[in-house]
Amino acid sequence: MGAVVALESLFAAQTLWHAGRSAKLNVEGEPTGHAALDVLLPQGGWPRRALTELLLPADGVGELDLLFPALARMTQAGQPVVVIAPPYIPYAPAWQAAGLDLSQVEIVDASPRDALWAFEQCLRSGACAAVLGWPQQVDTQSLRRLQVAADSGDCLGFALRDRKHVANASPAALRMEHAGGQWHVRKCRGGQLPSRAFALATH
Amino acid sequence: MLWACILLPQLALDSVLRRLPDPDKPLALVSGPVHLRHLHAVNASAAQAGLKPGMRLSAAHALMSDVVTVIHDAQAEARWHRFLAAWAYRHSSLVSAQWPGCVVLEARASFKLLGPWPRFEARLREELTALGFTHRIALAPTPRAARVLAGLRDGLAVTSAPVLHDVLAKVPVRRAALPEGVGERLYRMGVRDLRALRGLPRDSLRRRFGVELLEHLDRLYGEADDPLAFYAPPDHFDSRIELGYEVEHHPPLLFPLRRLINDLCTYLSIRDGGVQRFVLRLEHEGQHTDVDVGLLAAEREPAMLFELTRNRLERVAIPKPVVAMRLMARELPPFVPASRDLFDTRSQHQLPWPQLKERLRARLGDEAVYRVVPAGDPRPERAWRRDDGRLLFTPTLPPRPSWLLKQPIPLRGQGLRILSGPERLESGWWDGEDARRDYYVVETAQGQRAWAFARVGEREGWMLHGWFA
Repeated sequence: MGAVVALESLFAAQTLWHAGRSAKLNVEGEPTGHAALDVLLPQGGWPRRALTELLLPADGVGELDLLFPALARMTQAGQPVVVIAPPYIPYAPAWQAAGLDLSQVEIVDASPRDALWAFEQCLRSGACAAVLGWPQQVDTQSLRRLQVAADSGDCLGFALRDRKHVANASPAALRMEHAGGQWHVRKCRGGQLPSRAFALATH
Repeated sequence: MLWACILLPQLALDSVLRRLPDPDKPLALVSGPVHLRHLHAVNASAAQAGLKPGMRLSAAHALMSDVVTVIHDAQAEARWHRFLAAWAYRHSSLVSAQWPGCVVLEARASFKLLGPWPRFEARLREELTALGFTHRIALAPTPRAARVLAGLRDGLAVTSAPVLHDVLAKVPVRRAALPEGVGERLYRMGVRDLRALRGLPRDSLRRRFGVELLEHLDRLYGEADDPLAFYAPPDHFDSRIELGYEVEHHPPLLFPLRRLINDLCTYLSIRDGGVQRFVLRLEHEGQHTDVDVGLLAAEREPAMLFELTRNRLERVAIPKPVVAMRLMARELPPFVPASRDLFDTRSQHQLPWPQLKERLRARLGDEAVYRVVPAGDPRPERAWRRDDGRLLFTPTLPPRPSWLLKQPIPLRGQGLRILSGPERLESGWWDGEDARRDYYVVETAQGQRAWAFARVGEREGWMLHGWFA
């Protein structure tokens, strides 16, 4: 019995750890890299194994700046990040300047129909750390498929959509809307909706 | 040395049956000139109805009207014979397909790797059954003896020379694979088994039957060397399935496709190689459609190759009915299995990125998945390119937008506010695409931050070139 206690204390001191049991620790969110935003989110970051919906009034309001810190950390850790059918060219000099390791950023060209298929494939595969997609004309059922795929693939899914969809229900674990220069959390699973909004510091 | 002989009593029939979805339906192979067709081989359900090899086709139709007939193709049979030699090459380095209808291989050297003979034999049988070939197997100290024993009794295993002599002594002369016609002549002369034959004086045997008979006997008993023509594997894969009917849609092509892919993978694992590029040829009357399948790395996983090929095949329109399918692989690079980190937290059953990438490329096109890297050119539209593995010097730049438009478009709208700028870019004189622009960071009324340029010295006629997203 003495040996068991010793082992327990070793675990407690975190000098010993179980190989392959780190999945347990993943209940916490993936830190967004913005301290003020982490505080607002119930899991302290982007929800893991789930779809996050970003609702934008237009392209170019800082949606990538919001994601870059987390993506940069993943790519530097050697985990692939997939960008499905981006609306513009991901401009390499800027992405590199944001700290991303471009050798881990995979871009997929696809027609809108195939893009949804590719989005789901990537989420489900478990090969990617995060997947970014721009699903525009999709119904709740397709979004639910994406959410399930993100869960089974243990992957962070980001769906960037137009703000007009904010009124429609969505199975995404987290929904954030950009309005008036600030990010408002419209839905977050596992916690109260924060009353405050988050403004991204522009550089 | 110990030789195993795998006798293939119905090689021609099996090579046809294995490509049919329902091999139990009555089927007969026919050969001979068009007006004088006779049956070459029949399967079990046809034999039950009374059909026999050698029977005239009209007689067969009288017995059974719905029998499916396929014309016997001697070349295809020879090809399958070679294929089985290649398969046997996996289990032994000395394989010969010199004699028709059988494959002999040296077995003793493989015992250490594959286990003792009973286990080795079970493995051979299991794999042959999976490939769809009827077989009889025997083991003997000489290749000829193994062939004779396989013809006598399935599963016979003789491992020492004295036992072999005893067994061979009782072999009837007509079953001893003697040179053409000799067995029958000896039998009519009253020589019934090999013991009696060996008792005859050698000189008179040579005079009556020629030197081949004596050579055969000596080699059979292991008293003379038996120089066999050994099999050497070819360095490419080429297999063809004739459909026997015209196909105009994709689904009926999938079953033969799966067979082709499985054969390819069997072949690859024999060579311990992989495949990186292969062509699936759909043959029509007088022309053909090629489906190219290219992979990023050498692979040999049948399920994955099947799925990829299926995806590519389904994107191809079939212009005319397909009568045959052919799979050709010329480049067979060495296969390097992907290694995984012991402490990788992702579970094993999940798809690794290279396989996922193959799947995406198969459906979306070869160029659809790529990476981007910065390039050294100062002009914004050339300051990035698709990753081709080259590393260039890239200068540090002032802030750049994370989205770039493919083409600059006019930026209209009221309430544009200049946040910073100008940054003058004046470049490109060396390749004729001169650019002289002043770039500004502009905020639009909606709160977007745009990267726009105007003609040098002007602050109107904005052209939008990117978004700071």
